[in-house]
Amino acid sequence: MVLLGIETSCDDTSAALVRNGKEVLSCVIASQDTLHAEYGGVVPELASRRHTESIVPVVEKALKGASVELEDIDGVGVTMGPGLPGSLLVGIAFAKAVAYATGKPLVAANHLKAHVHAVFLDGDDKETPAFPFVALVVSGGHTSLFLVRDHIEFQPLGHTRDDAAGEAFDKVAKLLGLGYPGGVLIDRLARRGNPGAVEFKRPYIAKDNLEFSFSGLKTAVLNHLKRHGTPNTEDELMDICASFQEAVVDVLTQKILWATEKTDVRGVVVCGGVACNLRLRERLKEVERERDIKTYIPEPRYCSDNGAMVAAYAYHLLRENMLANMDVTAISTIE
Amino acid sequence: MGYKLLRRERLKRPGHKTLYTESEQETERLGERLARGLKKGSVVALSGELGAGKTTLVRGMARGLAIEGYVKSPSFTIVHIYSGGRLPLYHIDLYRIAPEELNTFELEEYVWSEGVCVIEWAEKIRHILPEDTIYINITHEGENRRKIEMEGFER
Repeated sequence: MVLLGIETSCDDTSAALVRNGKEVLSCVIASQDTLHAEYGGVVPELASRRHTESIVPVVEKALKGASVELEDIDGVGVTMGPGLPGSLLVGIAFAKAVAYATGKPLVAANHLKAHVHAVFLDGDDKETPAFPFVALVVSGGHTSLFLVRDHIEFQPLGHTRDDAAGEAFDKVAKLLGLGYPGGVLIDRLARRGNPGAVEFKRPYIAKDNLEFSFSGLKTAVLNHLKRHGTPNTEDELMDICASFQEAVVDVLTQKILWATEKTDVRGVVVCGGVACNLRLRERLKEVERERDIKTYIPEPRYCSDNGAMVAAYAYHLLRENMLANMDVTAISTIE
Repeated sequence: MGYKLLRRERLKRPGHKTLYTESEQETERLGERLARGLKKGSVVALSGELGAGKTTLVRGMARGLAIEGYVKSPSFTIVHIYSGGRLPLYHIDLYRIAPEELNTFELEEYVWSEGVCVIEWAEKIRHILPEDTIYINITHEGENRRKIEMEGFER
């Protein structure tokens, strides 16, 4: 079964063709990264107009890349939310049109569940987790823990109360006067810094609490900068980056451990853009060694928003006959 | 409610006032109190540097509008919609948007809506905001102390 997956929930327009929820035939992402770099990490306008311009060429390129005709697909999956309503609607309207024109089934996918399905996509590391497992979706827009019972049933364990972890990285980079992308730059600078240089309070909320709160950590960095001034030396900058990053990674790792204890589960999936962070990956490897836990991270190219993960999740919805009607619409927040 | 903790100084300009809060909780409570003055179609424009407490103030406003659940930062998703309270709340954050090329078309839908529209980093779109917009600026004055300047509240 080959599905077309469409993702337009945030800045990137993406389409992919995926066979049986795992074999990626093609995945095209019209990223706004070059624009972002030019504008220092900001979107030059609300993204929906750009999605409107990109969606047709992106889908065409994906079909061509997979050598598949639109008539040959078995269904179309599209992200219905959470995300920016105007952006989501571009993908949804397009998917509806494809479904209507081809008579193929339409499937509406939750963006966060789609992120987790990136772990089932083909990569160098073919090993995939067994159900049930704990999943952390951690990106610029989201930080959520789930107990994943099967492909469809996700039990929410905790979300962020305020800022997402990736957002904290981005904003702290901005406070430090770094460029874009903030998360990558902090990751890079932190590698040569001392993570114990500044003792930022870890926002654990309470023991065994599985919600997140990163807003205070951002303010703690701001307070540090107001008190000590902007870093004068590269060393000082690297120390702040390392100290901040360590605080975020400590919290993410600790909450994952609490989640596995609470649910008595041994498998952990970490996905979303922040899953590319090297320190986080390092710590997850440490956790694996120290505890009887196995961690799974999707290929880096499938960690950020992409159509392949949507097609992967949509495949399972389709198999369960969980189809969308033509009146399906964007949902800005789903929890 | 901790009004007595708030030092109030009235400035000469009508509808302009400056308040100080001494903690995040106090900023949130101020938002809650301000929400009482919000009505259908109210637009609140928030400005202030990163970490000043804009989202905290909005969290209080949501509470004041009897909206349940957490109010998260919409920096990445740009718009969060909360229904289920006294009025719908459109929480918009233009942090990631460049002003010079901003296509305001979609924003106007929220600004001229039946709910309350609260916009962070609103200085980027001042030109499309209604005349009776309420402006609030938050300044970091110390670890926990914030100066909150308001303009346009009918009181």
